[in-house]
Amino acid sequence: MTNAAMSGTYLGEGSGPRAWLLTTDHKRVAWLYLVSLTAFFFLGGAMAVLMRIELATPAGDLVSDDVYNRLFSLHGIIMVWFFLVPSIPASLGNFLLPLMIGARDLAFPRLNLASWYVFISGSLFALFAVVAGGVDTGWTFYTPLSTLYANGWVSTAAFGVFIVGFSTIMTGINFIVTVHTLRAPGLTWFRLPIFVWTLYATSLVMVLATPVLAASLILIVLERVFGIGIFNPALGGDPLLFQHLFWFYSHPAVYIMILPGMGVVSEVLPCFSRRPLFGYKAVAMSSIAIAVFGFLVWGHHMFVSGQSAYAGVVFSFLSFCVAIPSAIKVFNWSLTLRKGEISFETPMLYALFFLALFTFGGLAGLFLASLAVDVHVHDTYFVIAHFHYIMVGGMVTAYMAGLHFWWPKMTGRMYSETAGRIAATVTFIGFNLTFFPQYVLGFDGMPRRYHTYPPEFQFWNVLSSAGAVVLAIGYLMPLFYLGWSLFRGARAPDNPWNATGLEWQTGSPPPPHNFETMPVVTRPAYAYDMKGLEHERFSPHREEAAG
Amino acid sequence: MSFGIPFFPQEASSEAGRIDALFYTLLAFSAVLGLALAGLVVGYAVKYRVGSKADRTGKRSRSLPLEMSWTIASLVIAFIFFGWGAALFVRRDHPPADALEISGLGKQWMWEFRQPGGQREINELHVPVGKAVVVSLAAQDVIHSFYVPAFRIKQDAVPGRTTHIWFIATQPGRYHLFCAQYCGTQHSEMGGWVIAMAPEQYAAWLNSQGEGETLAASGEKLFRALGCSGCHGASSKVRAPSLDGIFGRPVALDNQQTVIADERYLRDSILNPKKEVAAGYEPHMPSFDGLIDEGELQMLLAYLKALSPQPTAGARQ
Amino acid sequence: MSGTESIAFDTPQRERRADTFAMWVFIGSEAMLFGAIFLVFLVAHVDFGPAFAAASKHLSLPLGTFNTAVLITSSFTMALAHRLALQRRWRATVWALVVTSGLGLCFLVVKGIEYGKEIGEGLAPLLGMPFRYAGPDPVHAEFFFGLYFAMTSLHALHLIGGIVVIAGMIALWRTASPANRLRRVVTVGLYWHFVDIIWVFMFPVLYLINR
Repeated sequence: MTNAAMSGTYLGEGSGPRAWLLTTDHKRVAWLYLVSLTAFFFLGGAMAVLMRIELATPAGDLVSDDVYNRLFSLHGIIMVWFFLVPSIPASLGNFLLPLMIGARDLAFPRLNLASWYVFISGSLFALFAVVAGGVDTGWTFYTPLSTLYANGWVSTAAFGVFIVGFSTIMTGINFIVTVHTLRAPGLTWFRLPIFVWTLYATSLVMVLATPVLAASLILIVLERVFGIGIFNPALGGDPLLFQHLFWFYSHPAVYIMILPGMGVVSEVLPCFSRRPLFGYKAVAMSSIAIAVFGFLVWGHHMFVSGQSAYAGVVFSFLSFCVAIPSAIKVFNWSLTLRKGEISFETPMLYALFFLALFTFGGLAGLFLASLAVDVHVHDTYFVIAHFHYIMVGGMVTAYMAGLHFWWPKMTGRMYSETAGRIAATVTFIGFNLTFFPQYVLGFDGMPRRYHTYPPEFQFWNVLSSAGAVVLAIGYLMPLFYLGWSLFRGARAPDNPWNATGLEWQTGSPPPPHNFETMPVVTRPAYAYDMKGLEHERFSPHREEAAG
Repeated sequence: MSFGIPFFPQEASSEAGRIDALFYTLLAFSAVLGLALAGLVVGYAVKYRVGSKADRTGKRSRSLPLEMSWTIASLVIAFIFFGWGAALFVRRDHPPADALEISGLGKQWMWEFRQPGGQREINELHVPVGKAVVVSLAAQDVIHSFYVPAFRIKQDAVPGRTTHIWFIATQPGRYHLFCAQYCGTQHSEMGGWVIAMAPEQYAAWLNSQGEGETLAASGEKLFRALGCSGCHGASSKVRAPSLDGIFGRPVALDNQQTVIADERYLRDSILNPKKEVAAGYEPHMPSFDGLIDEGELQMLLAYLKALSPQPTAGARQ
Repeated sequence: MSGTESIAFDTPQRERRADTFAMWVFIGSEAMLFGAIFLVFLVAHVDFGPAFAAASKHLSLPLGTFNTAVLITSSFTMALAHRLALQRRWRATVWALVVTSGLGLCFLVVKGIEYGKEIGEGLAPLLGMPFRYAGPDPVHAEFFFGLYFAMTSLHALHLIGGIVVIAGMIALWRTASPANRLRRVVTVGLYWHFVDIIWVFMFPVLYLINR
């Protein structure tokens, strides 16, 4: 990539370690994140594959129970905190937010770089915990198991997660301030791309929920190291208190993870349908609604924990409420395709697969929100399937869609379209093969976090394990063809997909300060050409009058 | 029919059918909605693919009536499912009055049960078909969860408190008992079987187990062995309140408050007697925290309950 | 570019507004952190009220009150620094900042004396140290002291952070442009007031619970 063609772009600003590791350019920081996140994704993924191989047979024959428990604990810890939470915001969001709102950089470029270093130091603690002997508490750190009975490096891992929380908060503050203060002239709130809306909503959750996780992790470490008994019933504490605190963060965290994915899909679907997003305002507002309601539903993880039945009823009600904005989004995305001119490039394929998998996962959420059904499927593979459909089928698929969509912008290179389409399809097939059987397993009653299981569950487990191999191939493929495109890919034009959006109005890759002349915005988002109706439909005055 | 592949779990309790009705309704709803959306998206994708001759004129990219109607429809459907699920869930708190009381104790990594007649079992629980059974659950170390998929029931056993679950088995048979809450190294080995038997076979089985000591009887022995009877016994009313009929009764405390002597109060009074002292008594009682384990605590509680003529179901929680 | 620290901004005014806004967002985040821990305390207080009230009597009310006065004074001097900076009286501003951080240090020293006293009396259930408590319900009193140490040390850490930042700001004072000086004083001032307010909540909850 170090040739003359990159001069004048942000990639031409030096290529040594100093130029990357001390950069404050949000586009380069995005790459720092992207590379580290990819490493964590494959580390966590390798653990998942090992688990699936172990589960191909009912007996515990590949790894011991202790090793298995460490595998799923670290898989959860790594995937949640070191991949899913930062994934889209810190990589794609970091790269695109200033470009999309017409700013030279994020509000606090040095804070942005600092957040990466904090992220890396937190992850070093977690990796040390892995190497030193692992953690066997599950990613949820439930007390009193984690405080009194676990024999792994719980405090170290919890401390790592705690530190990563700082990096999350830094990113959140940076994004919120950037959106508030650095929008280009004419870029009103309701002209913002939905991706910006969702980053904003996610940042709100990051800033307000992460400290509660920090509080509960502080209390865990105090309890383990100093012997304070806040969650220990023998000292007057209450183990359920931890669950309340933990889920008060960790349920909103689910929305931290999925909201930016929804944003990506809201960019990709209109572009490849050549249609404005259906119901723009409803989609924007539902993102905020999800962020707000997300704070009120944590108790639905605790229906059988011994909390009062009335609490259960209230939390169930609120959980059904939070399903509504998600449903609204799905309907809007589907209707966006209507009367479009749809083409099926790789990002679009991923986005359509997202739509299918997210819907499938979301519908399963209704089962889990229904109290009586949840009593049966809680803590079984049904829950595993549900959140993997949302987190992997939804979020990771959206991440792939975004990565392919903006890859030309980020690198100035095109990748092989054929390879991209094959990888997307392989992923989709592999994903369903892996996780659909887990719905059935859960309904049949197989509990989660089981190293061994009764033989009658084997059929579905074998299917799932086979799917995991296909899925792994689907995820490994982009590593090769995207890597190849970095060096050998065709040069990308400034706007290869004919997309609207300010990020496409500058070079591919963009210059160091993003725009040669600062842009002024006169149109709403997604003003895709519609034959004969362009002027009538998209005059900004008309739109404002209508809104 | 299913070639040995398990598609559906067995339904073997009185609640299983009711819960499955909700489950299958949800499943049907999801299938209809999922297929409709899939049909819509695939239909559009084909009809409006690049280069197709479909008509693309007209229609704004938003439609308020449409958006309002699907929002309201979603709300209505969500509330129906909410109400249905909640109505079934609330039944969990109301076991039938004549239920058989079995105590269960979870510890790393086994389940220990004691029948009303005192018969002890490890990782097996024998119950009669057609009779309501309440399992009162305690945990020795970490949180465990009592889960019988065929009965569609699950309840966590939490250290420091007693929780309850009830069911009526409807089909004789052996059903999986799992621990559903991750509890450490051998979590997946922690479980066994619930064996539902016809009432007469259950009675025969109880007999064959010998006339074990009831939980309350063990509790009574412990009550003497630990010296509780020295102060609380009938002869020495001077220093400590009598415990006859204590369970479910209001107790006046020395701070002018009144509490109901439920399981929580009795448990706390044994482990942490200075917390809520009955009015008119000196706080002399020593704490038994660390001296007795969770199983022994269950025995004492059973004994104290047995001292009350008719324990009410309401005072249980 | 035109005297701003971040290249994203055109003018120092916009940057200052953004900094202030960012500090408010951060304070919102911090409020959630302390809020969660206060909530734990309040829930425990509902459950074990008498034990907590009795345990609270073992804290030193004179030292706590003194420290409250110290922090409120430091907020006053911080507000003074802000005012002086607006008037561009830089030398006086630095002095106000020095006094502010000095008062912060004073608070920490007194807090340290208090900790030492409590440890000496066997009221610190930490690191396996003996817990010798004569009052009723020692189990929940221990819980109270656990929370007391967790909450006050978390607050002290925030105060240390504030002192370090003020020290850094003074160290960089000479090289900073007037716009940057003002911006930093405003932003750090906001943080300082927040940390003080946390103490103003913590003091009655911990010390005055039964008086």
